[in-house]
Amino acid sequence: MRASVTSPNFLRQPRSGERMQPTAQAVGQRQKAIQRRRDERGPSPVNRVTVVGLSLILSIGAHAQVTFERLLNSNKEPQNWLTYSGDYSGKRFSPLGQINASNAPSLTAKWVYQTAATGKLETTPLVVDGILYATGQDDRAFALDARTGRPIWLYQRQLPSDIRPCCGRVNRGLAILDDKVFMGTLDAHVIALDAKTGNVVWDVAAADYRTGYSFTVAPLAVKNLVAIGVSGGEYGIRGFVDAYDADTGKRRWRFYTVPGPGEAGHETWEGDSWKIGGAPAWNTGTYDAATNQIFWPTGNPSPSNRGEGRAGDNLYSNSLLALNADTGKMNWYFQFTKHDEHDWDATQVPVIIDSGGRHLIAQANRNGFFYVLDRATGKLVSANAYGKITWSDTKDAEGRPVAKKEASPTIEGHTVCPGALGTTNFMAPTYDPQSGLFYVSARDQCDIFSTAPQPYEAGHAYYGSAYFPSEEARPYLGFLKAIDPATGQVKWQFQHTSPTWSGVLSTAGGLVFTGDAEGNFIALEAASGKPLWHFQMGGAVYAAPMAFAVDGKEYVAIAAGSAVYAFGLP
Amino acid sequence: MRSLFFPAVRWTVSITFLAASAVSLAQDRNPLAGDPKAAKAGEYEFRINCALCHGLGARGGGRGPDLTRAQKKHTRSDAEMFQVISNGIPGTVMPANGTNGQGVGMTDEEIWQIIAYIRSVEVKAPPKPLGNVARGKELFYGDANCSLCHMVEGKGGRLGPELTSVGGSRAREAIIDSVRNPSRRLAWGLTEATKEFPQEYESVTAVTADGKEIKGVALNEDSFSVQIIDANEKIHLLEKDKLRSFQKSRESAMPKYDADVLSDKDLEDIVAYLTSVGAK
Repeated sequence: MRASVTSPNFLRQPRSGERMQPTAQAVGQRQKAIQRRRDERGPSPVNRVTVVGLSLILSIGAHAQVTFERLLNSNKEPQNWLTYSGDYSGKRFSPLGQINASNAPSLTAKWVYQTAATGKLETTPLVVDGILYATGQDDRAFALDARTGRPIWLYQRQLPSDIRPCCGRVNRGLAILDDKVFMGTLDAHVIALDAKTGNVVWDVAAADYRTGYSFTVAPLAVKNLVAIGVSGGEYGIRGFVDAYDADTGKRRWRFYTVPGPGEAGHETWEGDSWKIGGAPAWNTGTYDAATNQIFWPTGNPSPSNRGEGRAGDNLYSNSLLALNADTGKMNWYFQFTKHDEHDWDATQVPVIIDSGGRHLIAQANRNGFFYVLDRATGKLVSANAYGKITWSDTKDAEGRPVAKKEASPTIEGHTVCPGALGTTNFMAPTYDPQSGLFYVSARDQCDIFSTAPQPYEAGHAYYGSAYFPSEEARPYLGFLKAIDPATGQVKWQFQHTSPTWSGVLSTAGGLVFTGDAEGNFIALEAASGKPLWHFQMGGAVYAAPMAFAVDGKEYVAIAAGSAVYAFGLP
Repeated sequence: MRSLFFPAVRWTVSITFLAASAVSLAQDRNPLAGDPKAAKAGEYEFRINCALCHGLGARGGGRGPDLTRAQKKHTRSDAEMFQVISNGIPGTVMPANGTNGQGVGMTDEEIWQIIAYIRSVEVKAPPKPLGNVARGKELFYGDANCSLCHMVEGKGGRLGPELTSVGGSRAREAIIDSVRNPSRRLAWGLTEATKEFPQEYESVTAVTADGKEIKGVALNEDSFSVQIIDANEKIHLLEKDKLRSFQKSRESAMPKYDADVLSDKDLEDIVAYLTSVGAK
């Protein structure tokens, strides 16, 4: 039945000309086409749905090639959301301002897309010229009509039964370049899908999933490359950041986050521990075109909670790496937590900020400190605690917080703040250039860390420690914190009922948006943290919001429970 | 210098593991049964994956049952235990722990190791109940006033947690501790599917716009609303921005039963009653 995928010639629109939106009539035709196809195929389940016979979408798609130029200049098309963090700087700031502090209280749900699958959604959708692309549980990806939420195509990966996802069968989103979207999979493949149909264009294995490698991260498309970092810090992997040719899927470079023999930094690992040293790279980095550098953050050394057997700083775990985009060669690194024993991955989005003529990069780190670095050199500018911490009370000559010896896990177990989940985690932060504030979801929770030595076994969880939330430290508190990067001080905070896993979006409307564990999507005034509006979505939020516009109307979208929601003005 | 790589050994284990996983679901007995090395590995797995609720040593924390008991409510055979660990128990806070669950998950081999560990620490015969079941029931519904707030098998109050299954799902020490020190570890209430933490039995006081004070226990709460049951078992559904004041306390609504209020013997009788009901 493949012939039906091509639209009849008489419906084909000219490729040049105005960007067109689907009309009601066209939508009707499409629905008829879907119904017709269902009738033909009968009720048997289909994994991939391709819209047929709709020339208008095809013509929009043809027009909607996302070139590297467009990605570089994404702020010129604020109606679109072209990368995981909205732009290369990682700010997760939308220049759209139609929804603002005065009309936010009237926001209303516009549509809901249900995946109807169990598990969490951590995706940030992309939107390009009226089409929304997102990922879901069990490595599904889908394209929706961004005005209606109606699906255009669905890709569902057939995963092996013995994959090793550490923390749910999740995926945080896609990258787009030209006419393809890119996705990392839980069985450690990188795939390219055709943006118009969801067809697989190429599919390459990056590593052996059976030994604990997987991808959950949204890739970053730069030039003609797709950069991606691996997950698996719970399994004794050897971490890496890869870049693939966007056209062919051929791997162009790999940077091992744990240096091998003869490489600088190798001496920071005891014996053969580097071979299973972890340092995954499971959250999306940022890109600075001026210096052609990709900034990519790395995670914990393995085993995550036991330092015995891997004496040394364990480079480049828990670090920020500045990599040459063309070659993957490292220009500089900054290690936030040396020889980590508390699972404090430094995998938070590093945000590029220019302030007072200084070229900076900022990260609200899982270890409880807010770091500002000079992004040309990687030198520390400042480090200030933004949550409850007990692991450090001194700084070294460079100003870097130093761990207390007694913070190490013990056999009997003892309490350290923050706990293993950190002051923040993977939830995306935002920097609002209008308010000059950096917003991040934070938690105050302390854990009891107790050693539990485990031998390394390929593909088996490898922590070396048990940790439990400390009952004495209850209740565990969750906040949205607004940090002034210039001083590192928390300017305001909004306390959630319990800790949230939601990311944060800021917009030119003077708003920040976030979600909570109780299922609310919340709009707050960016300057003060005053909540202006909320909507109960019926499921906890593990994703980050984004904004887009179609037909001149602004929308804000977020995933919660098993669904993606879009909100707009009445 | 310690080498972490023993390829020959790893191959052996992998082959055993593949063989084990191929037949695991049809298996009635643990392929690692009686293997002290497997039990030791299982002990570490247990600390990492299970001890949060079941306690170090498997003797039951405040959140999960004592697994050293000879008789377990949900599992008898190794195969049943494998199912429960792998897939969780619907309707309880016991999550799925296999690799298809939410967390890191355990491989089949790791689950069998944990079962080997549990079998190595469980007692062979149920201990004789320390208390008198019939007298415990009398106290529960009588002088001890438990049933004013707690329901067992459909009889009793609604302010506190329902206790029909508590004797089967909590260690004796945990029940005693929650009677003697009810605020030390608040009971868990409603659990929502995708939410990280269950609602706790927090005490709340709300004052409405017209000055009416409502005291009770939170059934659920978010940043904008709260659902309360009061001492008269009336449910109040409140929007926080319409309240004059709203306060929460981690001081349990349950009174602290000291030994001079409830003797050790009386408490032991009540535990015996709850244990007998919970074992059904």
